[in-house]
Amino acid sequence: MSTPSAATASSPKAERPGVVAPRRVVIVGNPNVGKTTLFNRLTNENAKVGNYPGVTVERRVGRLDGVSGHGARDVDVMDVPGAYSLSARSAEEQIAISAALGLDENPKPDLAVVVVDAGQLVRNLYLVLQLVELEVPCVVALNMIDEAADNAPRPDAVARLFGVVAVPTNGRSGLGVDELVRAIERALETPPRGSVEVPYPAPLRADVDRVADALPSAWRVDVERDRALARWALVSIDADDELDGIPPQLRERALDVQRESARAGRDIDQEIIGARYAFLDAHAASLFARGVDEPPSRAFSEKLDRVLIHPVYGFAIFLVVMMVLFQSLFTWADPGIRFVERTVLALQVFAADQLSGGFFRDLVVEGVLGGVGNVIVFVPQILLLFLFIGLLEDSGYMARVAYLMDRVMRALGLHGRAFVPMLSGFACAIPAILATRTMERRRDRLLTMLVIPLMTCSARLPVYTLIIAALFPPTRAFGWIPVQGLLMVGMYLFATTVALLSAFVLGRVVVKGRKVPLILELPPYRLPKLGTTLRMMWDRTRSFLTEAGTVILACTIALWILLSHPKPDHLPPGTSPAVAAQQTIAGSYGGRLGKALEPVFRPLGFDWKIDVGLLGAFTAREVFVSTMGLVYGTGETDDPAPLRDRMRAETRIDGKPAYTPLTGLSLMVFFAIACQCVSTLATVRRETKSLRWPVFLFAYTGVLAWSASFLVYQGGKLLGLR
Amino acid sequence: MATLADLPIGASATVTSIGGERAFRRRMMEFGLLPGTTIELRRVAPLGDPVEIRVRGAALSIRRVEARNIGVAALPVAAMDARASAARDVGMRPSLPARP
Repeated sequence: MSTPSAATASSPKAERPGVVAPRRVVIVGNPNVGKTTLFNRLTNENAKVGNYPGVTVERRVGRLDGVSGHGARDVDVMDVPGAYSLSARSAEEQIAISAALGLDENPKPDLAVVVVDAGQLVRNLYLVLQLVELEVPCVVALNMIDEAADNAPRPDAVARLFGVVAVPTNGRSGLGVDELVRAIERALETPPRGSVEVPYPAPLRADVDRVADALPSAWRVDVERDRALARWALVSIDADDELDGIPPQLRERALDVQRESARAGRDIDQEIIGARYAFLDAHAASLFARGVDEPPSRAFSEKLDRVLIHPVYGFAIFLVVMMVLFQSLFTWADPGIRFVERTVLALQVFAADQLSGGFFRDLVVEGVLGGVGNVIVFVPQILLLFLFIGLLEDSGYMARVAYLMDRVMRALGLHGRAFVPMLSGFACAIPAILATRTMERRRDRLLTMLVIPLMTCSARLPVYTLIIAALFPPTRAFGWIPVQGLLMVGMYLFATTVALLSAFVLGRVVVKGRKVPLILELPPYRLPKLGTTLRMMWDRTRSFLTEAGTVILACTIALWILLSHPKPDHLPPGTSPAVAAQQTIAGSYGGRLGKALEPVFRPLGFDWKIDVGLLGAFTAREVFVSTMGLVYGTGETDDPAPLRDRMRAETRIDGKPAYTPLTGLSLMVFFAIACQCVSTLATVRRETKSLRWPVFLFAYTGVLAWSASFLVYQGGKLLGLR
Repeated sequence: MATLADLPIGASATVTSIGGERAFRRRMMEFGLLPGTTIELRRVAPLGDPVEIRVRGAALSIRRVEARNIGVAALPVAAMDARASAARDVGMRPSLPARP
């Protein structure tokens, strides 16, 4: 967060002469109040998705739809992350405040539309009260008015209490949206100057004035607003908060006042928050149609919860839901993935026909088209995962997943909501990492992102299959357990254990962050709205393609050049294509690098050919198989049989087999742990907006993988295994 | 002092104090959980933690260690009688006094 000084400054953007700058409206509100649905209604679904300055919290901006037109300027509407209060703790809350007050690089809004859950009126009005105190012009949308049934809040009474405009709406049905648009237009013409006078206790008022005296002159507006800002500072500033841009004298004054009042046995937080709620409670009854503050019945949700979070049925249903999700990522996405692959292949054939030979043709066909395919191939899984996440979030079930799993996940230092992303990691790390967005806290997101790549994704399967089939006999242990199948299960268990242990350690050592108490709201169950979910699926996919996709494409092209250049000077006429390819890769930069790396990987039992395969696997892990095919001159096909036989027959100089079961185990352990996947690294870079975390991820998994393989190989040799 | 964590499942009580870390206290207070507010321990998660509470008609999940920071007292008798008109917590079973 930042300097409230910017609150008074004008927009930093230079305005072009002759063009009137659009008015800015922000949509704020608690989480789970239907903000996004209402936002989609107001902007008629044509929002641009971007990020807030400097952070990866999504920012959606759209044009207000249906402006009546008489001389009205364009109106930009911006969706702000949900926040319960303006006092900031997490990075996300700070963003909500920055956007609402126009701090940081966020332009100052002309109007705030506060979306209020009509069924949770008093708690929601707490946010309205803070905004009005800070003199932000407000229009209140009493949303989900249908759920409040016969005891709906009275808009006129709410409007009178705060001196603002209040409109009853139902974002899902569209009820009251036109009225809200008109209210926004009118409020932009003549900004509503709300006012509210909370009777704060006398000693607190003196404290607030002392803090207000320490405000820098640039932050001052008028006495009441200065006091509101002082109260904000008193509740938000800590000895170890993470607020940026607070002038030292203000910080010191706030801390002084806090200390003195604590010595006097007072509790400033409780005085401020308690006075606000006492004010709201005193007026609450008069705000309702029936004259009592009685929240709507949760009878329906209560009935569902009796089953859905039941100790037996609850977990049974949870298992079924997760299995469907998991299975769908594996099987339902498959036709989509195959379609992408076939289309790219057809394009490659077409391009190869159209272009004349040489470097340019190879670059287009294998580098660019191959790379584009390598990006689009993730789209089916991303779409599917976000379809599920959208439905689970909107229905309210995701909060229950976190509630059910919190005990287990917390033991590992993870958030209850990390469960779905981690599970998705078994299919593919890319959509799983994108799915960490469902956690509000940066610390939770980061930790989850750092362990997801350790889950055994489906791209590792072809690698395991090749190694197991080539190096392990199809015998049965104890006469009945197939060794090959046992190994496969063992690899899954091994990788999952490593992931959970890593979460435990990383959460304590690397991603410590502030301890924020975990308070989850369990919203009432609601029917998900497909439109909102489809919108989110599209937004996530588009931002993946444009931001992570470009990096993945560039890396894929670089890897292609690495493994196919320089071309061998002269090959004897009549050389078969497979042998030519073998010579090419052996002499390429990548081949030379593999040989140079041999001393590093020899203690793990790998020769330079495997090292080249590892380099190729950076494009995508299953590429290991086709790269080995090239290295061994068995052709770049997906049929592993010739390659398998070739690997079995490979010998070292002394005539012993080059690859033993122990080498195979060591190699699989390496694959299980090392994050050697450019797409994963590019996605982590995009989600953390830094190079630091992908580099850390690569380094820690690399060191861990090397050490684990070293232990397996050298330990196995000591035990006399081969 | 009885705490929220000591309440039997389904029982309601009046909040007397909110302790613990500042971040937790502040967040609970901002949810409207203040001394004098009626609170219900709705249920305990199948694995024993967290617990679901009801405050002002909202369902919140907090961890058991944090629930120990919230001091509670039995609902005043007058308040329970008058609840038909003053109740704000739904799902509250009638006349389930808190453990003394």
